[in-house]
Amino acid sequence: MVLDDPTTRPAPRSRARTDAPWQHDVEQDDLEHIGKPIRKVDARSKVSGLTRFADDLTLPRMLHMKLLRSTVAHAEIVHIDTRQAAALPGVKGVLTGKDLPIPFGILPVSQDEHALCPDRVRFVGDPVVAIAATEEETAWNACRLVEVEYRELRTIGGIHEAAANDEPRLHDYGVRGNIHRLENLEFGDLADGFAKADHVRQDTFFFEGNTHLPMEQHATLAHFDKDGKLTVWSSTQTPHYLHKALARTLHPLPAHHIRVIACPNGGGFGGKSDPFNHEIAAAKMSMLTGRPVKIALTREEVFWCHRGRHPVLMRAKVGVSKTGRITALDFHSYLDGGAYGSYGTASTFYTGALQTVTYAVDNYHFRGARFFTNKAPCGPKRGHGTPQPRFALEVQLDKIACDLGLDPARIRLDNLAPRDSLTANFLRIGSMGLGTCIEKVVAGSGWNTRRGKLGRQKNGRYRGLGLACSSYLSGAGLPIYWNGMPHSGVQLKLDRSGLVTAFCGSTDIGQGSDSVLGWIIGEVLGIDPLGIKVVTADTDLTPVDLGSYSSRVTVMTGNAAMQAAERARDIVADGVAAKLGVPAGRLVFAAERVFDSEDPAKGMTWQEAVCAAEAKSGTIGTVGSYSPPPSAAKFRGGGVGPSPSYSYSAAVVEVEVDAETGIYTVPKVWMAHDIGRALNAAVAMGQIEGSVYMGLGEAMMEEMAYRDRTHKGNRIFVHKIPSLLEYKSPTTLEMPEVVTYVVEDPDRNGPFGAKEVGQGPLLPMMPAVANAIFDAVGVRVDEVPVSFEKVFAALQAKQAGKEPRFGPANDATGVPAVDFGESLKIKTPWQGGDGTAWNEPKREKKAAK
Amino acid sequence: MLRLPTFTYHRPKTAAEAVRLASEHGKEAMYVAGGTDLYPNMKRRHQVPTQVISLQDVPGLHDVEVHGSGGVRIGAMVRLTKLEHHAHLKQHYPGFAHAVREISTPLLRNMGPIGGNLLLDTRCTYYDQSHEWRESIDFCMKKDGAICWVAPGSPRCWAVQSSDTVPVLCAMEAEVELVGADGTRRIKCDELYRDDGIVYLTKRPEELLTKVFLPPPGAWKASYLKLRRRDTYDFPILGVGACLWLDGDGVVTKANVRLGGAGSYAIPATETEKLLVGNQLTDERIAAAGSAAMKPARTMDNTDLDVYWRRKVAPVYVARALAACR
Ligand SMILES: Cc1cc2nc3c(=O)[nH]c(=O)nc-3n(C[C@H](O)[C@H](O)[C@H](O)COP(=O)(O)OP(=O)(O)OC[C@H]3O[C@@H](n4cnc5c(N)ncnc54)[C@H](O)[C@@H]3O)c2cc1C
Ligand code: SF4
Repeated sequence: MVLDDPTTRPAPRSRARTDAPWQHDVEQDDLEHIGKPIRKVDARSKVSGLTRFADDLTLPRMLHMKLLRSTVAHAEIVHIDTRQAAALPGVKGVLTGKDLPIPFGILPVSQDEHALCPDRVRFVGDPVVAIAATEEETAWNACRLVEVEYRELRTIGGIHEAAANDEPRLHDYGVRGNIHRLENLEFGDLADGFAKADHVRQDTFFFEGNTHLPMEQHATLAHFDKDGKLTVWSSTQTPHYLHKALARTLHPLPAHHIRVIACPNGGGFGGKSDPFNHEIAAAKMSMLTGRPVKIALTREEVFWCHRGRHPVLMRAKVGVSKTGRITALDFHSYLDGGAYGSYGTASTFYTGALQTVTYAVDNYHFRGARFFTNKAPCGPKRGHGTPQPRFALEVQLDKIACDLGLDPARIRLDNLAPRDSLTANFLRIGSMGLGTCIEKVVAGSGWNTRRGKLGRQKNGRYRGLGLACSSYLSGAGLPIYWNGMPHSGVQLKLDRSGLVTAFCGSTDIGQGSDSVLGWIIGEVLGIDPLGIKVVTADTDLTPVDLGSYSSRVTVMTGNAAMQAAERARDIVADGVAAKLGVPAGRLVFAAERVFDSEDPAKGMTWQEAVCAAEAKSGTIGTVGSYSPPPSAAKFRGGGVGPSPSYSYSAAVVEVEVDAETGIYTVPKVWMAHDIGRALNAAVAMGQIEGSVYMGLGEAMMEEMAYRDRTHKGNRIFVHKIPSLLEYKSPTTLEMPEVVTYVVEDPDRNGPFGAKEVGQGPLLPMMPAVANAIFDAVGVRVDEVPVSFEKVFAALQAKQAGKEPRFGPANDATGVPAVDFGESLKIKTPWQGGDGTAWNEPKREKKAAK
Repeated sequence: MLRLPTFTYHRPKTAAEAVRLASEHGKEAMYVAGGTDLYPNMKRRHQVPTQVISLQDVPGLHDVEVHGSGGVRIGAMVRLTKLEHHAHLKQHYPGFAHAVREISTPLLRNMGPIGGNLLLDTRCTYYDQSHEWRESIDFCMKKDGAICWVAPGSPRCWAVQSSDTVPVLCAMEAEVELVGADGTRRIKCDELYRDDGIVYLTKRPEELLTKVFLPPPGAWKASYLKLRRRDTYDFPILGVGACLWLDGDGVVTKANVRLGGAGSYAIPATETEKLLVGNQLTDERIAAAGSAAMKPARTMDNTDLDVYWRRKVAPVYVARALAACR
């Protein structure tokens, strides 16, 4: 929005100095662009189909690559014969594991993947051979001519199996057997906490895995040119990490000869955050053939890439006072990691880390175990590791409210984690708007008058309401690989035409991060955001940003952009001040003008101002960067959980259940999301509605189910339904009416007070649906997805006079027996703790594998 | 991307030419109407004709004709969207029109004609998978393999009848016209299908389905009720087609009930039919008739959702379909 009359502008705005970018002191109501529903900078090309995704790219003489993937779940590769394939007319290149011997992986602690499996396959879908040909069909046909001889190994099919079978190990690293990670952290005094409790509950839950299902299937185009430079265009959320993985696996190709360009992503949701085997193989294939090489994955292959939600078994014991105040929490999680490490170490910690950020938990014991199994590897999906425990705890809290005869909304309001506080596990909470969120959805849904009273409808179905809450990070406080450099960098170039170009490594995956850059820079410089040129996600041109994951971009890139823009403003102000003869401090930047606050008529256009500045200071370029504030958690494992700020969400879901069949629908959802400040409420609401949609899919139907059969002594273990038709996800018809509340509780660490948007509101959907089913028909489904047959089974149990519940056995048999060893004991802040564990053994520096 | 294999595309200008091409190429040939079933199958390599014969230009297959009696003749190439919105069908054949509307999505109904829908391949979650996936289970007897994964001891294939219009058309006693090399024949819809997941049609491969005949409206009422996970897109995992003839007192004089999605053809629910004939459609009678429905059904673990659940809720669905005929 542009103000018509610049002379009505009020006095100059005071913005924070750039040395402490997380301490803005902005007058919130005095903003020109921030908070306004401006369209996204790339909106028109997106909706008119002009955006060029990776699969839209072609280059002259381009080859098409296909991967031959493992057809067995677990085996040693005895022999590969590619001679017939190589001889097929049209085939130009064949690669096997021998050609790419260097392992890689997103985390330095789990470099356990190969672009092509050299000697071992670990799930149906693991890539073994890459073939490039002049036609895609030829490459596919050639793959059918490859002979691979496998020696099958015993399959490890899930959490219980992995815990019970140490052999064969999927990997020769990890804790022991097929346990990848074990964490055991104890904060405060559990015995004391439970002793103070009037009521203790122990419940067991299971959250089945599910996948991201982005509309765009991953695609990569690689070109190794005659000058020895490699360019890789790819649908990736993390060009910087892909760049690192390419530099590692293509050794000795120098890192600075590699350029990664992240194309606009047609949806990512975490599924394009790992460096992938097909990306590395395409690059190598281009180096081998000297021709550009493209690979466009099939939908089935996207299921093999996976990195989605971990299946997690959970056992939670919670103690509460008579009034429902939590006194202690003992939480176990068991994660099915699939075949590789991926982000799994972080995922494991995330199943424990944020428990204390939503509600105050003074005494907290977390034990987490991640297992390797012969499934497509799990990793980060929207909410990364936190939706599973959120489901468990929000359903459990609902049960407690029921046990004690309390209102589920009240019990949550009474347990809120305090704002501006340190949690038991040393996470620093800043702004905290969960109370407001709860109040909004309670009022909107008519909770107080309708809950428990909807009952049987005219159509014979039963309605009910369920409530649940969540918190989520605004970016991880620590980078994925240890380094002291900034997490995000922005460069600005100011041109004589008045053009401002912003260069940044961040990747727009549809969430609007390119637009965020435009809005923030436009606001600081007083120019139209849609006139700013945004160049992102190109490792040759743009400074590093760690990537579009963990909801980090608005806060981190935003702060870096703000710093770069403020520095540019200072340079321009110098030039204008000299030309106009007014002190720089009196200048206002607004409405594409720079003018004197005391005499608004005295000023010049933005373009003139840039020219004046260039005349005075020379070519104008500035940089900005951002590193999150240091973490208070110093114990081992404390690196996962800290964030500059936390978003909050609360949801009320209404369901309608057909008690004869268990079939239910979700007619309406009320969702409130505290995002600190909406940089653009329209875009923020889009993110929130997207979360509702995605959460609804997880709640109702989505699952990575496996076929588990035995045939002639061999076990067949393969994803049941890797297709867009049969992997069930909601359609527009299942999408409920959504009432969205954007709650703004500004946080000092965010640009203009902004926090995370759009991961948090996914979390409450699953428990709110389960709680609503209980309100409607009085049965508990302690398992996600809450599918029709489970509701039906619970209803049948109820009819038969049994416990009206469907879920894993709620006793010691429900979870595997795992020796977690001795816990790390950490005194809470109120016990005088300093963030270290008092019994922590001296840390040895482990060499990365 | 999943690519189509290479094939030759024919566009015959007459029915006779189409049949001649099909006879000539034998096993290598398949007709294509809307292609919404055939092309995905070709991409997954479980139907691999090298000669694809399009029916697009064959005259006489593209119209809906209403006869003086009120009966209707539908050309095999009439798109589902046209049937869905056809005023006469909506008024006099609401059960059939509803079944058409329940097919997949508006996009699919724009592409797919009724002929293709009647001849739709049977489905199975072990079969409707890519070549690579099927390779990982060592294929199955419907294509490229020896075993049936759904019933490993079984000598036959149990792939599921999955068209939404078939159960109700069979119940209504609709008829179809087939044109083959040796001439034209008209048979009852029921007679078009066989209880086998592989050879699921009695139609010879070169025979062309040209027309569907709906009986004139009368003292009967038909309904269709579909069970599936999502209200769009999904194939039926149970499709109840019911047609009841009622006398002046509301007594059922004849009943046809067919179960789609419950076996390799639209299975007659004979017990249910028996329980209905001679009786009025009271709530109790309907519930009893519903409960008896699943005896002949062959519900197996080869569609979406849990097989146990599908068996349990089927009676409820059958009862609801019957109640809709009141
Ligand atoms: C995602 C998806 C969802 C679907 N959901 C449903 C659903 O819910 N319910 C449902 O009923 N169907 C569904 N379908 C199947 C399909 O879209 C419809 O059944 C459609 O009507 C098929 O017609 P078609 O002409 O497009 O088929 P085609 O692929 O052209 O033909 C199907 C078969 O019939 C043969 N054939 C076609 N016409 C003739 C003829 N005149 N004479 C002889 N042989 C012929 C072909 O050789 C082929 O074997 C779905 C399909 C997809 C892809
Ligand atoms: S029913 Fe058996 S033979 Fe038929 S498609 Fe399915 S698995 Fe194959």
